[in-house]
Amino acid sequence: MTATLAAPDISAMQQGAVRRIAGKRWAAFGFPAVILAYMVYVFFAFDVPGLAERARMDNAAVLVADTYSYKTHVTRDNRNGGMRIAVEGENKGLYPEGKTPDWVELTGPESAVVDLPEGHRVSIDGPNTRFDVPGYGTIAITAARSGIDLQVPGQDVPDWINASNARVTITTDAGRVIVTKARTEVFRYSLGWELFWFGLDSPYHGQGLGQILFGDRIDPERGNLAGAWQDFWTNPMWRHADVAWAIGETILMAFLGTMGAAIVALPLAFLAAKRFAPLAATRFAVRRVFDFVRGVDALIWTVVLARAFGPGPMTGALAILVTDTGTFGKIFSEALENVDEKQIEGINSTGANPIQRYRFGVIPQVMPVLLSQVLYFLESNTRSATVIGAITGGGIGLMLTQAIQTQKDWEEVSYYIVLVIAMVMLMDWFSGWLRGRLIGRRG
Amino acid sequence: MQGMTDMTDVSLGGGGTTADIQSAYMEMTHRKRMYGGILLVVFVALMASGFVVADGRNAGGFWNGITNVFDFPSEVVAEAAENGANIPGLMVNYLPSLIETLNIAAASTLIGALAAILLSLLSTRGLARWPRLTGLFRRMMDISRAVPEIVIALVLIFVLGGGPVPAMIAIAIHTAGALGKLFSEVNENASLKPVEGLESVGATWGQRMVLGVIPQVAPNYLSYALLRFEINIRASAILGFVGSGGIGYDLKNAFSWGQGRYDEVAAIFILLFLTIVAVDQISSHYRNRLTGSH
Repeated sequence: MTATLAAPDISAMQQGAVRRIAGKRWAAFGFPAVILAYMVYVFFAFDVPGLAERARMDNAAVLVADTYSYKTHVTRDNRNGGMRIAVEGENKGLYPEGKTPDWVELTGPESAVVDLPEGHRVSIDGPNTRFDVPGYGTIAITAARSGIDLQVPGQDVPDWINASNARVTITTDAGRVIVTKARTEVFRYSLGWELFWFGLDSPYHGQGLGQILFGDRIDPERGNLAGAWQDFWTNPMWRHADVAWAIGETILMAFLGTMGAAIVALPLAFLAAKRFAPLAATRFAVRRVFDFVRGVDALIWTVVLARAFGPGPMTGALAILVTDTGTFGKIFSEALENVDEKQIEGINSTGANPIQRYRFGVIPQVMPVLLSQVLYFLESNTRSATVIGAITGGGIGLMLTQAIQTQKDWEEVSYYIVLVIAMVMLMDWFSGWLRGRLIGRRG
Repeated sequence: MQGMTDMTDVSLGGGGTTADIQSAYMEMTHRKRMYGGILLVVFVALMASGFVVADGRNAGGFWNGITNVFDFPSEVVAEAAENGANIPGLMVNYLPSLIETLNIAAASTLIGALAAILLSLLSTRGLARWPRLTGLFRRMMDISRAVPEIVIALVLIFVLGGGPVPAMIAIAIHTAGALGKLFSEVNENASLKPVEGLESVGATWGQRMVLGVIPQVAPNYLSYALLRFEINIRASAILGFVGSGGIGYDLKNAFSWGQGRYDEVAAIFILLFLTIVAVDQISSHYRNRLTGSH
């Protein structure tokens, strides 16, 4: 470059620089603007404004309330007579004969007095129900075949009472009373998860931990600890044994699928790696198989395999196995391509046969990569196994979707969610620990 | 090699004979082999018993099923071949659903990535706005990463009704956790000098992050986000299957109609396969460009 050329060069450079800065300035505003425009498009494409109408906030309220509280139903059958007290109105939460919560007093075969919080009191006597509401008065309801008769202290029916000829619903903070021709029901809400430890038919229900651990034998047939464990494990409401099995199944799916995929992918990866498969056609074919298996989504594999194997953990494990074989094959063959030749030559120079060459020259080099990938996938597949289980029908994913689809057992849903999060975090920790033990910490 | 080990060992141990060293070495090798053997036995036992248990709890056994694996695909292929002329038309019909699935994936990746940027900056030592709370933000990422998308999606479907929004929120939450972890690893390698320089001229925390950190880490962020987009397309297809719109929902319907409509199943399979392969290729091309240049 000569001095005479330097002057125009500088101005050209300056122009270039100005242009580039201007371009960057545009990009600085353009990039967020494009994102914003896209979000606006999505906002309308997904009909978010219409969502407010479709959203069921009452469902949300039920969901939230159910996760931290439960209700006990006191029911009188208005058609055939008879009283019944049951947690959540379910058969498995039914109070056995002669056992009542301390806020219910059965005064006869057809009558009961139910104490609700804050001085509210409901007395049921056959078809007649009286509800004392402090600060308001006594509401009298009579259920007859012709219809429901409601008498309130004042002139007008307040808006917390919903009355028609067929049904009267009284909603207060202390509890709820519903009277129809079929039945009279009183709901009392309590905090917590009902009957989490023991079912109502268990003698250990209502006993303290100290009583069970150190007290006298509660059930003369069994030791306290063994009996309590047995009743807890077979709890009809929460089915702890089934839940434990389901979690085990989910982990099993992830384990079998991941390890199976690694075992299938390793020999295939040799066929796809340039260094070990001299035949280009084999390489090409195996690689396309990997691409195909990866490209067909796990969803499709799950659906196809479910047809052949039916619902269950084996199907889930095979779906994970097939999907991950493609991914592992790709990763493994890349690791094999990057193997250092010197180590193999060294082994070769000692007169090793081909198997020994692989065993001592290749495997030690790729093992850390392989193991760390496999363990990483083991953790992420635990999460996938939950989802796949929901589709194929196995493991905790199935229990979770079933509990959600009944749309009332939200306490069980939240219990399962906590368990799933704990399971995934445990697997995360475990795979990290194992990786640390097997191939040493990173860095 | 043998000679070299001998020399180093002799100089370290001082006075040991070669025979001693050899026997010590052989003992160590034996022990290592034994541990390896035990591990292998445990592993094989776990695999075998796991297989037996899973086989027993499956509705159809493994050995019965393995012979039927190709029944269903061949049925689909046969029907698709019969109605081959319909398939391009059906694929066009399903295009809007595919676009919805892609939109769910893209929107959730965007929202999740933005949340992940914030969470990762807040939980990286040296960059955090509130250094005492880094642990809290880390736990938040851990938890949102651990929740499977399907859980949040199903609960939200109950509240918000079906449609793409529950799936989008569910995937975004998981994305925030998953990307947040990767982003904070990237942040840890970012140079603090620009941040300190900006701080010395009185820049606020937001300015320090946007002007000092983001330009350094943006290529890595983008590359991880692209990879996540790929994963999220698959997730969004799966969530459609359990009732939140998109191509997965159509696939489920086409299935429940059963035989005679398998040309629709085939059309959806092809569409989904082509999309995934295309996105895979495009994203790996751009990822190589983003991270390969330096």
